[in-house]
Amino acid sequence: MKIIILGAGQVGTSVAESLVSEANDITVVDNDVEHLNALQERLDLRVVSGNAAAPSVLEAAGAQDADLLIAVTQSDQTNLCACRVAKTLFNTPTRIARLRSADYAEHPELLNDSNFAVDHSICPEQIVTDYIRKLIEFPEALQVLEFAEGMVTMIAVKAFEGGLLVGKPLKTIPQRLPNIDARVAAIFRRDQSIVPSGDTIIESGDEVFIIAATSHIRKVMTELRRMDKPIKRVIIAGGGNIGFRLARAIENTFNVKLIERDRRRAEVLAGQLSRALVLRGDGTDEALLDSESIEETDMFLALTNDEEDNIMSASLAKQMGARRTLALINRKSYVDLVQGGRIDIAISPAQTSIGQLLARVRRGDVAAVHSLRRGAAEALEVIAHGDAKHCKVIGRRIEEIDLPEGATIAAIVRNTGQSRTEYKELVPYEVPIHEVIMAHHDTVIRAEDHVIVFCTSKKLVSQVEKLFQVGWGFF
Amino acid sequence: MDALLPVANVLGRLLSIFSLAYLMPIGAAIFYNDGTTAEFVAAMIISLGGGLMLFGVTRSHYRELKPRDGFLLVSTVWALMAAIATIPLLLVYDTMSFTDAFFETMSGLTTTGATVMTHLDGAPPAINLWRHELNWLGGMGIIVLAVAVLPMLGVGGMQLYKAETPGPMKDAKLTARIADTAKALWLVYVGMTIACAALLHQAGLSWLDAVCHAFAAMSLGGFSTRDASVGAFDDPMVEFILIIFMVIAAMNFATHFLAVRSRDLRTYWRDLEVRGVIGLIALSCFGVALYVWMEGTFEDYPTALRHVSFNLVSIGLSSGFVSQDYEKWPVFAPLWMMFLANITCSSGSTGGGIKMIRTLILAKQANRELTRLVHPAVVNPVKVGGSAIPNNVVIAVLGFIFLYFMSVVMLTFVLILSGLDFISALGAIVGSITNAGPGLGVVGPSSNYAVLTDFQTWVCSFTMLLGRLEVLSLAVVFTPQFWRK
Repeated sequence: MKIIILGAGQVGTSVAESLVSEANDITVVDNDVEHLNALQERLDLRVVSGNAAAPSVLEAAGAQDADLLIAVTQSDQTNLCACRVAKTLFNTPTRIARLRSADYAEHPELLNDSNFAVDHSICPEQIVTDYIRKLIEFPEALQVLEFAEGMVTMIAVKAFEGGLLVGKPLKTIPQRLPNIDARVAAIFRRDQSIVPSGDTIIESGDEVFIIAATSHIRKVMTELRRMDKPIKRVIIAGGGNIGFRLARAIENTFNVKLIERDRRRAEVLAGQLSRALVLRGDGTDEALLDSESIEETDMFLALTNDEEDNIMSASLAKQMGARRTLALINRKSYVDLVQGGRIDIAISPAQTSIGQLLARVRRGDVAAVHSLRRGAAEALEVIAHGDAKHCKVIGRRIEEIDLPEGATIAAIVRNTGQSRTEYKELVPYEVPIHEVIMAHHDTVIRAEDHVIVFCTSKKLVSQVEKLFQVGWGFF
Repeated sequence: MDALLPVANVLGRLLSIFSLAYLMPIGAAIFYNDGTTAEFVAAMIISLGGGLMLFGVTRSHYRELKPRDGFLLVSTVWALMAAIATIPLLLVYDTMSFTDAFFETMSGLTTTGATVMTHLDGAPPAINLWRHELNWLGGMGIIVLAVAVLPMLGVGGMQLYKAETPGPMKDAKLTARIADTAKALWLVYVGMTIACAALLHQAGLSWLDAVCHAFAAMSLGGFSTRDASVGAFDDPMVEFILIIFMVIAAMNFATHFLAVRSRDLRTYWRDLEVRGVIGLIALSCFGVALYVWMEGTFEDYPTALRHVSFNLVSIGLSSGFVSQDYEKWPVFAPLWMMFLANITCSSGSTGGGIKMIRTLILAKQANRELTRLVHPAVVNPVKVGGSAIPNNVVIAVLGFIFLYFMSVVMLTFVLILSGLDFISALGAIVGSITNAGPGLGVVGPSSNYAVLTDFQTWVCSFTMLLGRLEVLSLAVVFTPQFWRK
């Protein structure tokens, strides 16, 4: 596939990194030449420098025969304009734009083909904010991922000594979690993946991925770890885009303090937030943390733009007694260095936010892609199309499917064919009822099932996608 | 004198227009044939002649007024009108001193509603109508003052409301803007008054009583045609109607205007002050009623609620109608009512006191300081209706409130020095500065201000004007800087 990526910032670079390994032909456009050269040296792709919204630059990037345009520059206006130009002049089939401001998203008619011609818009800041918010709601989880429009949730937890999981074979789990259908999808021990089977015994320190229907997930969490007291007090360091969005989203649920270094920004924040307490100062300032009783804080979130600062302030907060710490860290090497030590959760904003984007790029019919363990592993939601003759998965039991080593089918979401009536502004409409089926060796996959597949390594992704593609004879 | 002569020119014009106000009592005098027609016609001629003369003499000094002239204009306009309006009173009652007559008209025009007159029940209808008309005209003046003039002058943090003045204001000249704003708001005011009068008549009052009390209710003035005030009617329906219209009058008229224009009742909910006024008044009514009932003042709770509601709304919203001698209630009740009069009314209403918006800012500022003690690094601007208020506005509000309460304390001292007892002195000053009317003690609900000496009467007249003009606009005229070039 020929893909043009506009903007070589954090998001653009992460997208390029993820896609370059999947036999795509990628061109990156940015106006920072040095940045582009560095990127070109590291990855196998083409670069073009210039204004990303200019027709001549897009032409130079090969917009005529590109399959996909991903506009992820810092500027909403540039992204919108580029999509319009690509549509009008080059008729690029699919156009994705990053829109940071919520203003545009509130008017979907602006994005249709007669206006800015944006097929899909994404807001990385909002995705990261939503993601962190879920982590606050499930404080024990390292990752919380949703599939099938929120029907299925996968969580990653760290097993610890004396916990429910540790020391017993996996097949005993159903006895200990009656009435709950949950499955262990994967286990990572010292960064090595272990394929879970009924006899696998989890050791303390393992990272365990558990999947269940979303309605069950809280129960699973409760059973899994003795629930510490729930999160109440939250301190956010950094009142940037993500810090502000998060504070606004959770200020009515939790007791939130937001630390911001810049005085004028702090005043703006204080004007816009109603219940969160805005403090002016530095997240790495010991005296400030101490006076704001960090030792009684349930969650400390370091969300500034500076990853070194985030690491330092989160470590400091942990040492001073914060119950749980989270830091935004983009560099993979840093994440491996600090996660699990003083910093409980490290989040890479770029990796987190590109899942939606990746789903659009993938072959077959991929509904969701979540990058796991900072991009090392991936969870896919794939829709099975076709019939038993032309598709290698439909009509087969899971044990019969020729999945590559390291890939497991974790769950299936199936349309039951029934529907219930709901009302929207008094107009009735039918909502199909879906059921969540946990995968067992004898589960048979049917057409139009949403299949959630766990890949312990990214290399497996393309093989899984191929498996789900419909053979040529079908058309 | 540079500032004085152009202002005098405007005053002359206003005075000529003001003389038209005599038409209403003249009509009443002819209709009821109460024998005061000649006096009112004479007063009208004097007023018109005086106004035209002042206008003519200062004509060469006519110029567009500057914002600074506003202070002088609003101060002198109230004093001069009050002085001129005494003429019919002086002509009809030859025993009445100018001091008392001036108090009465000042009380009318500042919508205070305190009176020095007795035997009101038997007074000529034209005189009663004149007193109430002064209330009503004062209310009109205050609406313009509060919605247009004070925000423009930035008195005591009121520049806050500058941006929210309704009407076509962008790019328009200041004078045109005030005129348009005023017209729109007066329309609301007149409409409400007509509705109130009609309802009161429906409830059984004579047209004269209905119109007079509607005038006094909408202006939150509180004059009555009876010595016993609204208590004379002893009618729950009348009290209920008056409560409703007093609460309406205690809201910002700009909000009414917006609500009428957008035909959306949610406009009221969005106005922070409306929520404050209604919340505080409702809570106080039920609470105080419970208290006086449990203290045994009334036999049953509904009766207590009826009487407490009417008197508390009336005094608390700085109106001044009375239906009971509330001084006989446990002392907490009247004091709480007097306290409410200081803080409850909305800005842009016809009510007095420091206004709800300043009360809210004061409370938020206090809370802000408390938070700052616990969290020294906190950044927490005072927010009203979701937007942060600049610090200079907060400081202006604090300065205003300080000056207001110092005025209360100092003027109370002056009355005590002049021989009044403490409770009466405090009651008289609070009743005057809030423009509520009835005070406590010798000037309480069961009596009136006639017992005061001439000096004390003048002090009260001055206090009413001070409160009406939000202290600062009057005080600034007495500072040397104001007159320096």
